[in-house]
Amino acid sequence: MRRFWCLLAFLILLAIVPISGDRSGIKIGSKKFTESVVLGEILFGLAEDHEDNPVHFRELGGTRLVFNALTRGEIDAYPEYTGTLLQEIFAGEEIKNIEQLRNVLANQNISMTEPLGFNNTYAIGMLKPRANELGVTKYSDLGRYPNLDFGVTSEFLDRGDGWKALNRHYGFKFPNVRGLDHDIAFRQLSNGTVDAIDVYATDAKITSLDLKVLEDDRKFFPRYDAVILYRSELDRTHPKFVERLNQLSGTLDAGRMSSLNLSVEQGETETHVANDFLIEQFTIDAGQTVEPNLLNRLVQLTVEHLDLVRKSLIPAILVGIPIGIIAYRYRMTGNILMGMVGIVQTIPALALLVLVMPLAAYLGARTIGVGSFSAILALFLYSLLPIVRNTFAGFKTIDNQYLESAEALGLSTSYRLRTIEMPLALHSIMTGIKTAAVMNVGFAALGALIGAGGYGQPILTGIRLNRMDLILEGAIPAAILALVVQFLFDIAENWVIPKGLRLKPTE
Amino acid sequence: MVRVSEITKKYGSKTVVDGISLEFQSAQTYALIGPSGCGKSTLLRIIIGLIAADSGTVWIHQKPLSEQPIKSIRRNFGYVIQSGGLFPHMTCRENAILPATYYRWPSDRIQDRLSTLTRLTELPEDALGRYPAQLSGGQRQRVSLIRALMLDPDILLLDEPLAALDPMIRNQLQTELKAIFQTLQKTVIVVTHDLHEAAFFANEIVLMKNGKVVQTGPIQKLQKDPADPFVTDFIAAQRGHLMTGDGDKA
Repeated sequence: MRRFWCLLAFLILLAIVPISGDRSGIKIGSKKFTESVVLGEILFGLAEDHEDNPVHFRELGGTRLVFNALTRGEIDAYPEYTGTLLQEIFAGEEIKNIEQLRNVLANQNISMTEPLGFNNTYAIGMLKPRANELGVTKYSDLGRYPNLDFGVTSEFLDRGDGWKALNRHYGFKFPNVRGLDHDIAFRQLSNGTVDAIDVYATDAKITSLDLKVLEDDRKFFPRYDAVILYRSELDRTHPKFVERLNQLSGTLDAGRMSSLNLSVEQGETETHVANDFLIEQFTIDAGQTVEPNLLNRLVQLTVEHLDLVRKSLIPAILVGIPIGIIAYRYRMTGNILMGMVGIVQTIPALALLVLVMPLAAYLGARTIGVGSFSAILALFLYSLLPIVRNTFAGFKTIDNQYLESAEALGLSTSYRLRTIEMPLALHSIMTGIKTAAVMNVGFAALGALIGAGGYGQPILTGIRLNRMDLILEGAIPAAILALVVQFLFDIAENWVIPKGLRLKPTE
Repeated sequence: MVRVSEITKKYGSKTVVDGISLEFQSAQTYALIGPSGCGKSTLLRIIIGLIAADSGTVWIHQKPLSEQPIKSIRRNFGYVIQSGGLFPHMTCRENAILPATYYRWPSDRIQDRLSTLTRLTELPEDALGRYPAQLSGGQRQRVSLIRALMLDPDILLLDEPLAALDPMIRNQLQTELKAIFQTLQKTVIVVTHDLHEAAFFANEIVLMKNGKVVQTGPIQKLQKDPADPFVTDFIAAQRGHLMTGDGDKA
């Protein structure tokens, strides 16, 4: 039993050893798509040029999450689109123009730069030869060819402000339209199956397929002008950075942005692409930041991953075992506790991550980013069940003859718990811990969904860029780590289980 | 001295112990015997306080059990169960001295007491360093007996202590146990289902049926002067077992 306490003490020590210091400089954020990450890297480069220790929380997630992180001050700046602000963040508030938008943002202590130059709206694209052949340059020209074949994304086809509204607005009647997946639409356009498709204005494929983007001459689509949102106090604290942000305005037209996006899709890193832009535009050479090689990246990812695991698993062990014991001792309280722990387990991982965010925010802890409290809290909750269940089962299945003997000897409740019941339940408890540990290593990859770092990060990027090498860069180490953790806990189990329990009876 | 008066215990609608009153004198050995389910083990557990009776009183040294602190009760009793109840994660030595460790005896006192008891029970020295799983059934029961006697209790309770052993060892241990009981001069209560074992150990046999005491007394009295036809039947049945050679199969 003494060995078990040693193991616990060691684990506690492991959980509280600080690994890396917190970055203190400007905190940049970005959303989970290529363009946002590239812009984030550009902001990072601008900050790094004359600030200490800026940090870029890459691929944090969706709009709402990143915007909330900005209002809470967990990040200081990130790239956004005016249309998104109007349609998504302030939907329902009647904001008529950019000035009103600025005022609303200012109330939340947020400033907005002038547009960067491109309008990443929905648009209609055609192959250049076909457009030239028909003499089509703007939407109203399309009306002359009612027999054109359209391939549009299913989402665009269904949206209230999508295909139907577009046709009403321009008075079109196109009978030949089909809903397609975005990638398939591009393929069908290039082989001539369809004549026109919907695109995002800065889509990398516009450049790679040499598409003609038609002009929205009757202004149907709202503007999605790219801007930078930043916390207003930066005006005071980092005036040079804000000055640089404002210099970005007007430097990125749709063509330039889409060629940056294209470089990434063709295999360049976002950092590299952003640096090229900075050198060209500002003659800033942020390229001193050496691109880490695979080994360095793996070390970094492993540290982040293990950090998530230790900070969630070890508290789960320390909380889970007592809950299991309480459940065994007090039937009613136990049933309630076990029920609650069980319910947590049924919440989908992504939902749980989002659900714990307000709690993390309420506690004043970081909700997003590397080492964020929400990811740790979610993992902690997930790890509880196997530990609680197995602890409970371990106690519940103790042979009655031992309990009766212990009682007949007149041992006190706490003495019995420590010297008789705990050792007899230890095998089951250790199994629970092992299960929780292996599950935890796997679930921790999901932490990347809210920018918590770890092996999930390259997996997410790999999915986004359709790059198998990046996916494997996260998946293989995660699998290996799970095996290593299992192996280490197997050794620990052998070490802590009392020798008498490992023997086979002689008769 | 132990006395029970008007002890009744029900499980649901079934009365397991039905108004039993008995006296157990010092330095005497008693055997509680009867068919399965007659309530003998339940009565033993009520005496030691593992189960609370629905009504009636257990008196230890003229004081009701319920009015005594649990510590002094436990010091008064040594208890051995059929399977031994040794804790598998502790060595036999740790098992044997557990009651003394719990009450924080000094280590030389523990060692003295342990030596006395190993001699008394004729347990081989090297057995103490092993784990229960490494010992034979007979040696496990010896360790269990040492543990029961560690605090030198006035009363020794044994619940089918030999039932799980094979016949040869069982015979040998019966002889040894009887000698030990005579040496110790304690109140000993043995629960058994084997009349021969009961007759061998006990000054007094308590024959039970359906939660009630049918007759008490030495075996000769039960044979010559049965209080009930059941007594004769029970004795005859056990004799029959012995003749067909089934008597030792528990």
